[in-house]
Amino acid sequence: MTPTKKGKASANPRKGSSAATKNKAAGGKRKPRTAGKTSTAATKPNAASKPAAKKTAAKPAEKKAAAKPPAAKTVAKEKPAWEPQLIVFACNWCSYAGADTAGVSRIQHQPNFRMIRVMCSGRIQPAFVLRAFEKGADGVLVSGCHFGDCHYIFGNERAAEQFKKTKNMIKLLGIEEGRLRLEWISAAEGARFAQVINEFTDQVRDLGPVPFSKSQPIEQTEDVA
Amino acid sequence: MFDLAKDTNAWACYDCGKCTGTCPIARAGATYSPRRHVLAANLGGGVKVVPDESLSACLTCSLCNQRCPADVDYTELVMRLREVAHGEGHEPECPHGGALQSVMRMMAKGGTTQDRLGWLTDDLNTDPERGGVFYWTGCAMYYDAFFPEFESNGLNGTKAAVRLLNALNVKPVVSPNERCCGHDLLWNGDRENFELLAEYNVNLVKESGASVLVTSCAECLRTWKLDYAPLLAGTDLRVCHLTEYLADNLDILEFSPDGQRKITFQDPCRLGRHLGIYDPPRQLLEAVPGIEFEEMGRKGPGAMCCAGGTWSNCDRFAKKMQVDRLREARATGAEMMVTACPKCQIHFRCAMNDPNLGDEITIEMRDIAEVIVEALAD
Repeated sequence: MTPTKKGKASANPRKGSSAATKNKAAGGKRKPRTAGKTSTAATKPNAASKPAAKKTAAKPAEKKAAAKPPAAKTVAKEKPAWEPQLIVFACNWCSYAGADTAGVSRIQHQPNFRMIRVMCSGRIQPAFVLRAFEKGADGVLVSGCHFGDCHYIFGNERAAEQFKKTKNMIKLLGIEEGRLRLEWISAAEGARFAQVINEFTDQVRDLGPVPFSKSQPIEQTEDVA
Repeated sequence: MFDLAKDTNAWACYDCGKCTGTCPIARAGATYSPRRHVLAANLGGGVKVVPDESLSACLTCSLCNQRCPADVDYTELVMRLREVAHGEGHEPECPHGGALQSVMRMMAKGGTTQDRLGWLTDDLNTDPERGGVFYWTGCAMYYDAFFPEFESNGLNGTKAAVRLLNALNVKPVVSPNERCCGHDLLWNGDRENFELLAEYNVNLVKESGASVLVTSCAECLRTWKLDYAPLLAGTDLRVCHLTEYLADNLDILEFSPDGQRKITFQDPCRLGRHLGIYDPPRQLLEAVPGIEFEEMGRKGPGAMCCAGGTWSNCDRFAKKMQVDRLREARATGAEMMVTACPKCQIHFRCAMNDPNLGDEITIEMRDIAEVIVEALAD
């Protein structure tokens, strides 16, 4: 994966990264591509060699290998039985771009959320958040531009007003306040985005599932196996 | 569908069109026709014939029921057709983004401990669990939190109601575990969640040992009296509106005659046309010495609806109806419009926010309980 990306980066001469200069030194576009191919090809035999090694080891071991997937399932059950599912509302201009910054900067964060992009955080009315909870979200994060940075001048101020209403409704309903959060995240704050996501996910995980929760034990381990 | 036509007496329809003629939405200019729905029901076409958006336009104010010469229960027909539509996956475009419906559905699922009694103060004498009179608070606290911009303090009415019950030496049950009565879900076609709420609420009240349930919300009253009736069969629970309860005990209340206020009364559709309760609120207002009571032109069975009863519709026609009604209230010369349903307040206050009409249609609005509690002798 990474070598092909480097190859792509080299296609854009404006991005004077070290990778691009290396590619130039290698003599044009093609080489890095082939280099990429060879590198993935290099990993393939490795991956292939593992089962091959098992097969050569002993034939009865094959049955054990076949029995492995159910074993992986039991491992999945042993893991924490529940993982929170969060909804993150992000505005197009700041917070969504902030998430993007976190992504391109390869900052690790927890993957328990689904992101919903809106043009402006001012659009996020209580109904959106309440519906998310109704449909089984364990936590909802509303994010937008910092005050003064809103692409639409005052949209985030509207968002703050709406959020106050939402918070009151949530409180009346008896949903813990920790399940709802408002954060201002700019496009440059990739690290902060990751930090907020990690904090919030941990916080909601500690609270446990909401009574209307639809979150199931995560099947991720099974997929990987 | 044919059962539906029979149950609601739609088969008796002789196509006179009086329902469409009296329908406040049709009169406000919408291309809406109750008669068409009746016809569709009779033909057995159901919602496939009836475009669902027009089905959710009905205010369910029951004015057509009132005027129908053939006794067709159009309001019931709409409720049942909406159920059919809901079953087929049509979801009405709810005002406020469906936020309030979401809240109700969450209450139907349950599992959380609501924080709904934050308004209770020490001077209000209530019991959280057991007692002879159950005061059903309704969802005023949710509405107050959701509509802060209209300054419609529905909880003032709730507090006043408890105070009035205390003045009658009643220590009502005010339960922290009450849930939405399900009125709006039922009227939006979601019978499944309505039934969950109904069962829960009926058990809650049964466990309290109460023999009387008093509420100050007209919609809760309709739901408890009519829609919960099958669940209440075999019990001797008396369900009544606060105004009925107070009117019965009027001789115990003592009023101090100070100040003179001219007041008019907005009949909530649920209290009036749905349940036929017209006199008790008027009796009360006339009994209070400081109140000069003035009727609006359209009153009692012919009263105009607040145009938003079930959180299922809000449009320019609703606005027109509200503005017309507020003008009517202003024309009486009254300084205050009193009502007995929190939703009437929310909708009229919303209409009063119109920046173009401004003072032309503004009038002070209160719950009837607030007005009466103010007149009580100390």
